[in-house]
Amino acid sequence: MSWTLVIVLAAGAYFFKVTGLVFLGGRTLPPVLERCLALIPAALISALVVKDTFSSGQNLVLDARAVGIAAATFAAWRRWPLIVVIALGAAVTALVRLVG
Amino acid sequence: MITACLTLSAAVGVFAFSFGVGSVAAGASVAQTCAMSIFVFTGASQFSAISVVGAGGSLGSALGGALVLAARNGVYGLAMSRRLDGSLGRRLLAAQFTIDETTAMSVTQPDRRRQQIAFWFTGLTLFTLWNLGTLIGALTGSAIDPKTFGLDAAFPAGFVAMVWPLLSDRRARAAAVLGSLICLVATPITPVGVPILLSALAVLVGVQRPVSDPSEGRPT
Repeated sequence: MSWTLVIVLAAGAYFFKVTGLVFLGGRTLPPVLERCLALIPAALISALVVKDTFSSGQNLVLDARAVGIAAATFAAWRRWPLIVVIALGAAVTALVRLVG
Repeated sequence: MITACLTLSAAVGVFAFSFGVGSVAAGASVAQTCAMSIFVFTGASQFSAISVVGAGGSLGSALGGALVLAARNGVYGLAMSRRLDGSLGRRLLAAQFTIDETTAMSVTQPDRRRQQIAFWFTGLTLFTLWNLGTLIGALTGSAIDPKTFGLDAAFPAGFVAMVWPLLSDRRARAAAVLGSLICLVATPITPVGVPILLSALAVLVGVQRPVSDPSEGRPT
């Protein structure tokens, strides 16, 4: 992996943080922009879950990860703590791989 | 509040461990992995970047997805700027700590003083454990195969836990479903990393004015 990625990502991440907190300060954004920005975590994090569960490179696959993530989703639905959700997802995936 | 914060930080430490292992497995050095956790310090972007790089995606697509994810911290910054006091120097430092967890812990406190304590306390413990977890994970990385322990599933499992509370909002649910569908459809037909970028289009669900949505304007 290249240092360019690390440096540009660090600079970009700080740019967004500092823009909101220091430069824009108490100003308000147009409501439509604020509504769209507020949806970024839901849209992108869900897509990341799908990508990291069902894909391998450009291929769509169904493997042990799907079972692990199903278990993690159950734990999240039951509002179990973050640490339990992560441990369960990893453990179930490892177990299915071991058996399968 | 202190207990909640310490529990959260411990969980984040474990998550950071899986980041460290995964990052080294994706081809990053220990120094690069630790530099990311110190200077980028926003988990979802870091995971997104190494997951695209690990799958063989280009630098541009790895950066694109990670930066779109990082943009949400700007929204958190807007929410926090009304709650934090202090000099410019202090605000420049606070900016680095402006992420999901610190914002969430702070905005749920009843008064301004406790909001500030929650922000700084969560920021400092989280920063410490995130970097400690990353370092231990990165050093362990080459010694174990992450797949044997299901650590590749630790990323999406952690994301499920992070995204779940957001889904109580109707529009966030729509954006989540649309984003996931875009990602699924785009995966076989676009280069690695691009599906995540395209899924950002799902935020356009927000263009439509809500009919009667009392949760509008929340900082998440």
